Amino acid sequence: MRELVEQLLAGKHRALARVISKIEDRSPGYRDLVSDLHPHTGNATIVGITGSPGAGKSTLVDKMAETYRERGETVGVIAIDPSSPYSGGAVLGDRIRMASTIGDMDVFFRSMSARGTLGGLSTATTDAVKALDAFGKDRIIIETVGAGQNEVDIVGTADTIAVLVPPSSGDDVQMLKAGILEIGDVFVVNKADLDGADRTVQELREMVHMRDASPLAGTAGHHGVDSGSAGERDPETDDSDDEAWTPPIVETVAKTGEGVEPFLETLVDHRAWLESSGELDSQRRERYEEEVRRLLREGAGELVRAEIDRHGGLDGYVEAIAAKETDPYVVTEELLAPLRGTVDD
Amino acid sequence: MSTQDSEDQTIRCLVAKVGLDGHDRGAHVIARAFRDAGFEVVYSGLHKSPDEIVQAAVQEDVDVLGISILSGAHNTLVPKIAEGLESYDAFEDTLVLVGGIVPDDDREELYEMGVDGIFGPGSSMGETIEFVRENAPER
Repeated sequence: MRELVEQLLAGKHRALARVISKIEDRSPGYRDLVSDLHPHTGNATIVGITGSPGAGKSTLVDKMAETYRERGETVGVIAIDPSSPYSGGAVLGDRIRMASTIGDMDVFFRSMSARGTLGGLSTATTDAVKALDAFGKDRIIIETVGAGQNEVDIVGTADTIAVLVPPSSGDDVQMLKAGILEIGDVFVVNKADLDGADRTVQELREMVHMRDASPLAGTAGHHGVDSGSAGERDPETDDSDDEAWTPPIVETVAKTGEGVEPFLETLVDHRAWLESSGELDSQRRERYEEEVRRLLREGAGELVRAEIDRHGGLDGYVEAIAAKETDPYVVTEELLAPLRGTVDD
Repeated sequence: MSTQDSEDQTIRCLVAKVGLDGHDRGAHVIARAFRDAGFEVVYSGLHKSPDEIVQAAVQEDVDVLGISILSGAHNTLVPKIAEGLESYDAFEDTLVLVGGIVPDDDREELYEMGVDGIFGPGSSMGETIEFVRENAPER
């Protein structure tokens, strides 16, 4: 196991790939692996790309990777696709879009499926990012379909989150209101050569404006714009206030590469803001805290599962509950009692 | 500790189309069947070079590499992929399958090269999946 880490740190692609597999499989000893990697992390910039299916995420990621490579930077990509809730199987198709950098081993592209339980994927993503970071990738991109809480958690691993919006997608913009809007540090109207792009840009601009004007600004948004006085700020004119970040809206045509450079510049801008505002540090701390909490939840879940096994499974309890001899709360209390005992001591 | 870490290993496959052959109906059918069997399937897309297949197989760390060739170029393309995998120490513990049109006369040579299974027309999906389940490398 230690050997694997050494090989990874020495730059062996095979070792990196195998480490990520171990992380995904949670194979025995993967925790020690990740622990060994941790001291070597913190050098990469991490960008999350999310948006509805067909928004052009993979194509944009391809062009981003190409541009980074032209600058001589190395790139790691983690692309997450849904898996079937029935068979657990998945077809991971994002790789097909990576046409520009194909054959270039300095772009490490890895497909992951949303296997396992809730929260498990965030852990796997966080750990896989660590592996890429420790390997020495300069830029790490996490790509995922933005649909729900799970995705929001995943992209939470990133320093900067870009939300892709296809043009004239009134419905998508509606969807954005429901949650994705709050997480975006940059909005990208991709396929900007299509009809309706201007309108979408306009709508987004209004929404960003409203978000800044809302009394919740500063508390909402996972990247917590922490100045509370978000009152009458005008994102167009106010650049004196370097405390707050107003998400820019950029237009791209990922297919042709148009607008990709300006988009990358906004990522650099956001990064600079993160550093100068101290947000980068506090964000990373928050993330570590969240990570510990998540691992604790998983660990506690395991303990509970072991306790259930010790009682020979839940079937007997369920039977008793159905017969109205007991109820779910009493059962839970009974199962938790021994664990509670050790905590109280 | 060990009990917490023993989640089942999911079988990962790369379904690869290599060379100029542009027929991927079969590859799609396989990809789908593998997915329904609970495997994670990465599909390469059409017209990939051996190098690209090797890159994908190494980075995705697949247990199974299924190469679909209908063009008859297997004697040229498969060795290149094998060599490429070898150069990353990835040939030994990858189950390499070839699907498509492979004349009987060529089969022996491919097997000698280290191909683990050849599935031509008429192979049953169930058999193929069973073969993968039984022979996927333990890691």
